[in-house]
Amino acid sequence: MRLITLEKRMSPIPMAGMVIPVISIALALLAGGVFLALSGKNPLEIYFTLFQSAFGSSYGFSETVVKAIPLALCALGVSLAFRVQLWNIGAEGQFYMGAMAATWVALTYPEGSRWVVLPAMFLAAAMAGGLWGLLPAIPRAFWKVNETITTLMLNYIAIFWVDFLIYGPWKDPNGYNFPLTAPFELGATLPSFGTSRVHYGLILALIAALLVYIILKYTVWGYQLKVVGESQRAAKYAGMSIVKTILLVMLISGALAGIAGMTEVAGITQRLQQGLSPGYGYSAIIIAWLARLNPWAILLVSFLFGGLLSGGFSLQSMGLPAASVYMLQGLILFFILGGEIFNSYRLKWIGGRS
Amino acid sequence: MMKMKKLFGLAAMLVVMALVVAGCGGGQTPASTDKKEDAPKEGTGEKLKVAYIYVGPVGDAGWTYAHDQGRQYLEKELPNIETSFVESVPETPADAERVLTDLVNKGNKVIFATSFGYMDSVLKVAKKYPDVIFLHCSGYKTDKNVGTYFGRMYQPRFLSGMAAGKQTKSNTIGFVAAMPIPEVVWGINSFTLGVKSVNPTAKVKVVWTNTWYDPAKEKDAAKSLLDAGADVIAMHQDTPGPMQAAEEKGAFSVGYNTDMRQFAPKAVLTGPVWNWGPYYVNTVKAVIDGTWKSEQYFGSMADGIIDLAPYGDMVSEDVRKLVDEKKQAILDGKFEVFAGPIKDQSGAVKVPEGKTMTDEEVLNMMWFVEGVDGSIPKK
Repeated sequence: MRLITLEKRMSPIPMAGMVIPVISIALALLAGGVFLALSGKNPLEIYFTLFQSAFGSSYGFSETVVKAIPLALCALGVSLAFRVQLWNIGAEGQFYMGAMAATWVALTYPEGSRWVVLPAMFLAAAMAGGLWGLLPAIPRAFWKVNETITTLMLNYIAIFWVDFLIYGPWKDPNGYNFPLTAPFELGATLPSFGTSRVHYGLILALIAALLVYIILKYTVWGYQLKVVGESQRAAKYAGMSIVKTILLVMLISGALAGIAGMTEVAGITQRLQQGLSPGYGYSAIIIAWLARLNPWAILLVSFLFGGLLSGGFSLQSMGLPAASVYMLQGLILFFILGGEIFNSYRLKWIGGRS
Repeated sequence: MMKMKKLFGLAAMLVVMALVVAGCGGGQTPASTDKKEDAPKEGTGEKLKVAYIYVGPVGDAGWTYAHDQGRQYLEKELPNIETSFVESVPETPADAERVLTDLVNKGNKVIFATSFGYMDSVLKVAKKYPDVIFLHCSGYKTDKNVGTYFGRMYQPRFLSGMAAGKQTKSNTIGFVAAMPIPEVVWGINSFTLGVKSVNPTAKVKVVWTNTWYDPAKEKDAAKSLLDAGADVIAMHQDTPGPMQAAEEKGAFSVGYNTDMRQFAPKAVLTGPVWNWGPYYVNTVKAVIDGTWKSEQYFGSMADGIIDLAPYGDMVSEDVRKLVDEKKQAILDGKFEVFAGPIKDQSGAVKVPEGKTMTDEEVLNMMWFVEGVDGSIPKK
């Protein structure tokens, strides 16, 4: 005796793209508020602090941008794959492989000038990330091997491979055996704007968004992506090569995540180390999804998401334990993602059917 | 359309309800809010703000818990200070630097960073804020406004090794070790020297977890050692996970950080423990008095920063007496843990008879003593 059921929408709600996320966020904040109030905190005060520390000062703002850079690059990458219905869950691994390749360049040419080393790091990272994306694309393109599983599994391989390097051959000889590589020389570090930590990776992220936009909007290949994404059969009839599209998309998708890895090691940590990514590659999936794969929306959502991450630690000074902060962050995501379902479905009330 | 309206009505009702609840919750806290906003005003002889950043949650029952006990002790002992902490801060500069900068911006004048991995972040932030004093636990880099602090944990570790060496029947003792860095290596070595001082045939088997804080992984590592024949589990980790593994298997264990008997009452023999409180009080006092100078503090059992936890019920009177005598010798300065002769795993003499390792040598120790079954990952 179900009273409520989900029914597929025939036509989207007008303005759904705006209305649903806003309502979702409001509900998330409400649910979080109840939880906070029950634990004896003033929700308004907590939300204000979260907002204030993420966006309210120039320092907080800059730190939010710092978080947004790798998120945006990874999300732009996965958004391309998602467009052709390739579920690339592997941005995390592609990120690590990019960081690794960039580190290899940095450690191999410590004396090099910035003008040579940084571009080399960039290319190496794009190639390594791209190849890590291409690897699962090959069985997918030729034998239809499920890429969700393979991309996910390759994440672990990439992370453990980096672990192996920093625990072994690449360990800093002056680092008291701690699992870190030697710090990069100046030539291998990305400059940052003023005294903030916002590095030039920001420009790369903006250029990447612009390129993705141009490709999708103005190129034949972008049009092909759309067709392949909507219907592979139609694409085939139109004489498009599905295999080629899959390989190329995954290559670019991985390359973007790889570049994110490069900007993080060269711009922030300035050495390769464990825990380089607190899950950027996974968050990117959510971001791409929420942004409906639109490159400009990805930039915006990455920024908001970055704020959620960077502001979280400030809440602890309000006496909120780390676990509650994670819960609050999870809650907000849960509601936003949950709200997505109302884009294509609507609730239907069924009166007293027995 | 009617249905949508109903839905919105429901949502609106929820909104109102939640606001009411939120309002009630808010009503209870304004007092504390006011206090918080008044405190950071500088230069008015107000309370000195002291902050901590922790690598794990304060409820880890081990490393971070011990530091937080020290923080609470500090707040109780010194009246004119206010302390705060941020827990579970990752050891990567991406987060650590921001959290440290945030704490400075919130008006903290003394900041304790309690994990090795914060080292470079601390130095970087300290350069930007020369009037804030940073204390970094277990590191080796200092600056004008950055000091380091740690304890000679090898002293109580040796004593706990004696208790373990007396307890083992299989003569295999497992050691769950976090990271292959000198701090952990000399911990394993001093423990092994303690074991061998009472039981020359026993071996200490080492497994690395490559993490400080991961209760499940720590427990799994202990299980693998138990499966390999160990009947006593020692560890250098942040949580009591390995203790619980030993208890479940009916084996014994040696804790670390805090008195861990409550987590495995049938297993825990004893363990080396931290007592950070007095150090925190002395340091902050020195800052208040203006006598603080950057140093590398390396406290001993006699200083009270470290100790041996109370014995479990299963530890016999004879063993207690034996260990207590050694403890007294350490306190009196009559016994040195790293006094020769000490051999390495290959049997080569590393510290000749009549010599004692210097602090510098101990802090750089990257080799295992004879009796350790395991290896340090090398290049």
